[in-house]
Amino acid sequence: MSDGVQELQKLADSIVGKAKAGEQIEAYVSRGGETSVRVYEGEVEHFVSAQSEGIGIRIIKDGRTGFAYAGTLESDAITEVLAEARDNVQFGTVDEWAGLADPDGVAQIPQKFWDEELANYPTDKKIAITKELEKLTLAADARVRAEEANYEDGWGETAVATTTGIRESGRGNSCYVSVSTLADDGDESLTGFGFSVGDSPKEFDLKKAAHDAADRATRLLGATKPASKLVTIVLDPYVTSQFVSILSSVLNGESLAKGRSLFADRLDQPVASAKFTLVDDPTNPLAYTATDIDGEGLAARRNVLIENGVLKKFVHSSYSARRMNTKSTGNATRGGFAGSPGVGCLAMQVQPGTKSQAELISGIDDGVLIQDVSGMHSGVNTISGDFSTGASGIVISNGTLGAPIREFTIASTLQKMLLNIVDLGNDIDWLPMRAVGLSLVISDVMLSGA
Amino acid sequence: MSLNSNKSQTAEPLVASDVLERVLAKGRSTGAEFAEVYIEDKRSTSAGLDDGKVEQVTSGRDRGAGIRVVAGETTGFAHTSDLSERGLLAAAEAAAVAAKQGGGGVNKVQLGAELRHAVNTIKISPDGVEKSRKVDLLKRADAAARAVNSAIVQVSAGYGDSLRRILVANSNGVLSADDQVRTLLRVSVVATGDGGMQTGYDSLGHTIGFELFDENDVEELAIRAAKQAITKLSARPAPSGAMPVVIKRGSGGVLFHEACGHGLEADLVGKNASVYRGKMGELVASPLVTLIDDGTMTSEWGAIGIDDEGHPSQRNTLIQDGVLTDYMWDYLRAKKEGRAQSGNGRRQSYQHLPMVRMTNTFVLNGTQDPDDIVRDTKHGVYIAKLGGGQVDTASGDFVFGMTEAYLIENGEITEPLRESNLIGNGPEVLKDIDLLGNDFAMGNPGMCGKDGQGVPVGDGQPTLRVRSLTIGGTAA
Repeated sequence: MSDGVQELQKLADSIVGKAKAGEQIEAYVSRGGETSVRVYEGEVEHFVSAQSEGIGIRIIKDGRTGFAYAGTLESDAITEVLAEARDNVQFGTVDEWAGLADPDGVAQIPQKFWDEELANYPTDKKIAITKELEKLTLAADARVRAEEANYEDGWGETAVATTTGIRESGRGNSCYVSVSTLADDGDESLTGFGFSVGDSPKEFDLKKAAHDAADRATRLLGATKPASKLVTIVLDPYVTSQFVSILSSVLNGESLAKGRSLFADRLDQPVASAKFTLVDDPTNPLAYTATDIDGEGLAARRNVLIENGVLKKFVHSSYSARRMNTKSTGNATRGGFAGSPGVGCLAMQVQPGTKSQAELISGIDDGVLIQDVSGMHSGVNTISGDFSTGASGIVISNGTLGAPIREFTIASTLQKMLLNIVDLGNDIDWLPMRAVGLSLVISDVMLSGA
Repeated sequence: MSLNSNKSQTAEPLVASDVLERVLAKGRSTGAEFAEVYIEDKRSTSAGLDDGKVEQVTSGRDRGAGIRVVAGETTGFAHTSDLSERGLLAAAEAAAVAAKQGGGGVNKVQLGAELRHAVNTIKISPDGVEKSRKVDLLKRADAAARAVNSAIVQVSAGYGDSLRRILVANSNGVLSADDQVRTLLRVSVVATGDGGMQTGYDSLGHTIGFELFDENDVEELAIRAAKQAITKLSARPAPSGAMPVVIKRGSGGVLFHEACGHGLEADLVGKNASVYRGKMGELVASPLVTLIDDGTMTSEWGAIGIDDEGHPSQRNTLIQDGVLTDYMWDYLRAKKEGRAQSGNGRRQSYQHLPMVRMTNTFVLNGTQDPDDIVRDTKHGVYIAKLGGGQVDTASGDFVFGMTEAYLIENGEITEPLRESNLIGNGPEVLKDIDLLGNDFAMGNPGMCGKDGQGVPVGDGQPTLRVRSLTIGGTAA
């Protein structure tokens, strides 16, 4: 354990030590820093170097919960946060299931989250990498302009302690580069992006990031708006990842407990095509969001949620588990010191199929390869299941890719889309998102355009 | 320090002027031409009710300084939660090093008199209001929504207030301060019927204090959300394809926010990443459209006394009778163009760099009777409530959701429709506005995200018709 982490754990422990009779206390403390470099036209546009810290305290007494936080670890502030959390308890409604997690004996699976090389990586090299990425992007395609090239890294240390005996701490760091591109098409410009993620900058694939960014901006040049019709769609891995992430709300045990899951009463019944198996597995180190503990400090674990199309499990925190008379699946989520835990999937993985994307496409007579979507937040309702997003992509006819199209929507319902999964690709892509990417074929989706 | 003090908000300055002067001098000590200190002290209270229970009251405190140093084309930025002179000087040095210019420079800064430009009057500061009264609002909303109909099976409600004191000083001598108080209530409802579940949502938020609830009825808000969910239980799938769309007053400002608002932000224009680049003085919209961005609009959600660069908020005309008259500007972009700022330099918090952002963005009244607009539409969609949206400013393609919508058949509003997105291209849609009502209203409080930062914004518009928009439904 590093000195910084040890100090945070001591701080969390000391706050928990202040619990009064009948009080459950959880203290979550964190500290972190970031470096951000943005390059434009060969110059550093901005360089950000910043550190932050904070504490969140949750208190439960007689079934009532109170919470407070502050973005500092100064001792007078901590005293105030504790007093405020305590004061806030009295305004909560008594909830017989309220409570902190109890240690459940599930062992953590150790993973590597800290990279010493990244921690000591020199600043001038970070700037050089960003400039190089911009240069490579411009060289990748003469039709492309660069809107910005970015390098970002961050590190964090956290510790959590509770009166119920949870005591966890750790640290991690990460870095990525990204580049945004523009390709002019008359008065309009089309946008693209590329990125690369690594434990340390030496793992970056700048060329791939540059080529992806150039390709994304240019592949829609000359795109037209298609006519409306019912089609089969192939989701690019990057789009599938966003689609799968949405299912986290549907499989959320707290939503289930509160009557908001459209899969209520569907346990052990088919909810998806038999080809679809969905697992949440934050213990897989390949997953970008892999973790060893959940937001309450319980060991993260592998959970099979949908198996061969059959709904097997909802994900739970200790709270939703108590309500549903089951056990936590280690799926408490936490956004940082300023919030208390929620419930959600941590690292979603779909069992791949056997075909490449090209093979999948070759079997489709009339369809669209969906390469990008927009408005997932405004057009998808995870309670009613209504699904409608903006999209762009490439027409598929008689098994081959044709002309680019844009400014259309794709719509169905989540329920139908899961049942209409026709096939899955073998092109697993561990994207820097909550869900893995692969090509996914879904039939009978309404394309709405001109 | 107290998280919930009842101290007057305009008490002591957050940091004394002489300290600020020394910090700014340190920021310029490596030869940079511009240094800025942004101090923020924000207290917030929120409370959430769900499933009939007040789940949690949360108190929050965020306090710190962001220091920006500009040297040539490079901006260096550092932030700290340590507001002591030592902490501020350390951050200023980090920012100066980040901007990385060799050699010594001018390192004396003299600040002018503090500028305050209050656009909002706060009658009841929320930090003086008992938490029990805040929680009570949630219970009232819950009861009112559930009482509407037994089909209402779930209600969640959230209350939030924030008191944000900011102080901005820069090496040009600017010293400005503002106290921003915002109060918000939102209600989400689930109704269930034969066809599954449907949702309803409404919210209320202003840049005022707890008097918000003297001037607005919590029960009414909850009932509106409940009725929306119930109406949608009998909704049929939304159509697909392009057709005329009538957007109810005060529900669709987000249309302009996405269709052209973002595209008129000078940082995007400056990088040729906006479809509106090079269009100044040209007809970019229907001659019916006059688009304003106004940070001074008293009590509206996007109202600010000063922007987050210390510049007083102002009213800016962006499109006049369809002609593009101006973009929105922050300090850096305005300086580059040798023109004045427009009060649109905003940031989420002291941990963020400012950039060009909207405040309250709205379209002025036209002359049509809103009922006539519907009557004049043979077949189309009437949108009573819009959801969020998203735009690609470079292509102009944008989407936005409709959360409450109806069919228009033979000039009458008929059956409710299920939710979907709409898609359009900004410049095309603006030119396609063919009818504009005389019933202007502001819409719901919004949170606008750009480059990872969220800021509160307002929007508004009279009832209007777009000749052709693509509805992203499933019905043929």
